[in-house]
Amino acid sequence: MSGRKAHIVGVGETRYTRWGKIGDVTEHALACQAIQRAVEDAGLSMDDVDGLASFAEDRNEAVFLAAELGLPALRFANMVWMPGGGGGCAAVSNATMAVETGQAEVVVVYRSLCQGQFFRFGTGGMDATVPADPAPPTVRQADSMMLASLGMAMPYGLLMAAAAYALPTRRHMHLYGTTSEQLGLLAVTFREHASRNPRAVMGGRPMTLEDHQASPMIADPHRLFDCCLESDGACAVVVTTAERARDLDKPGVEVLASEQGAPKGYAFGPFTNANIPDALYATGGCEEMADRLWAKAGLGPGDVDVAQIYDHFTGCVLMQIEDYGFCKRGEGGPFIESGALAWKGGSLPTNTHGGSLSEAYIHGLNHVVEGVRSLRGESTSPVENAEVCLVTSGACVPSSAVLLGRR
Amino acid sequence: MSERFFPDSMPAPLASATTLPWWEAAAEHRLVVQRCTSCEHTRHPPAPICPECRSGESDWKEVSGRGEVYTFTIVHRPIAAGQELPYLVAVIALEGSGGLRIISNLVGVDPGEVAIGLPVEVVWEEMSADLAIPRFRPVSEEEPR
Ligand SMILES: [Zn+2]
Repeated sequence: MSGRKAHIVGVGETRYTRWGKIGDVTEHALACQAIQRAVEDAGLSMDDVDGLASFAEDRNEAVFLAAELGLPALRFANMVWMPGGGGGCAAVSNATMAVETGQAEVVVVYRSLCQGQFFRFGTGGMDATVPADPAPPTVRQADSMMLASLGMAMPYGLLMAAAAYALPTRRHMHLYGTTSEQLGLLAVTFREHASRNPRAVMGGRPMTLEDHQASPMIADPHRLFDCCLESDGACAVVVTTAERARDLDKPGVEVLASEQGAPKGYAFGPFTNANIPDALYATGGCEEMADRLWAKAGLGPGDVDVAQIYDHFTGCVLMQIEDYGFCKRGEGGPFIESGALAWKGGSLPTNTHGGSLSEAYIHGLNHVVEGVRSLRGESTSPVENAEVCLVTSGACVPSSAVLLGRR
Repeated sequence: MSERFFPDSMPAPLASATTLPWWEAAAEHRLVVQRCTSCEHTRHPPAPICPECRSGESDWKEVSGRGEVYTFTIVHRPIAAGQELPYLVAVIALEGSGGLRIISNLVGVDPGEVAIGLPVEVVWEEMSADLAIPRFRPVSEEEPR
């Protein structure tokens, strides 16, 4: 059985840009490019690939990619049902299950985003410059469960993630005294990490805490620099068995444990659910899943050398740090202030690529890519002798996580 | 016609057969919560089955419309044309609802004066003849609680 233990053996990405800037190739073609680069990085051939996995209602169907990439056979095509960015590590987890059970030998997990070619997230396809339909406003039929859920929040103008996730963050501030400056320090730290990363969209744009505090308010307490980037780009990772990994030139990174899920009654999280239990409201909703992850790996937060934490918004990172037990509940602010997240001298170097706040927003699959690089010694902010890396996907939505290890 | 706070171009509610009765009550200015007739557990948004006892039987309980701010955000980006900025989105803990909260807006209040715990009451905004949206404003001081 140990010969089938899943390893990530290749990573790849296309260029990353500001959203709407990639117009010369389709989002689909970009996915092909990222997959090709990841397979090449693994030292494998496209003829070895027999599985594809993605998440977040991917528009780039595996069946077309398999045909275009000339896969000899598609034995595993899978999409995660955790919404949005919550599904990134879950897609890795599903690929892991496929190779460990023999469903497939080599599965590529991919994500491609060109928001300019479709609609921009957070607008629901609406344009605030267009006046109302002259018909009087009325209740309309929801075409799906997700729309029926969003339909209970939209009439109040709650359509933008920056506003939705401001709600639990504001409550965290109320309960524990968390400050905007603490959130700002987190953003500044990730920007500093991005400064060494040539792939980072914000690599050449240093940020100070003063810059953060001067950035425009979007949805209080979220200032512009508390919000992740909106990007175009694609990335991919290759998952195969330990046995196959042994024959490859580059070292494989073992998937020590993976988990996905949501606590009882969570539904889509605070975006549409005001009735998350009080004890869970000002959290990332990941604590229960984190406990399962640690138990499965036989490890704890103290064993993590480097972390890549899903950062759609600064407050969501802070709440995840508490969920995963890196500090006590309510102490995320002082933990950030201690410099813990910094590449140099931090006890938990986090988002060494710059994260979604400063590298790119590829729905967090770029965090898995960086997790692999950080254990292979390929990160542009390398953590010496790192052996265990935590990667998380999403928070304040049903989410997922993997623990990666280098032996 | 009621006082207006948001433009007609705000996103309209999208409802399923399960959530539609909630909006129908709202059109009559009744703020209701769904209640399990088997175990009395209340739930929101409306859902087909009681998550506590798994009964599919339920009725609608009208609540007072009073409550307090559980959390909030001051939003500075418009969703709809002609919208006044900033606007307030809040989660309101509803009195007499069995511990339920709803997402709504705060109106008639300076954003700087909003705090978690602020006592509020419902105010109905008639968007059209058959659509009323519950928003909330601070409880006026002279009214007895
Ligand atoms: Zn019941």
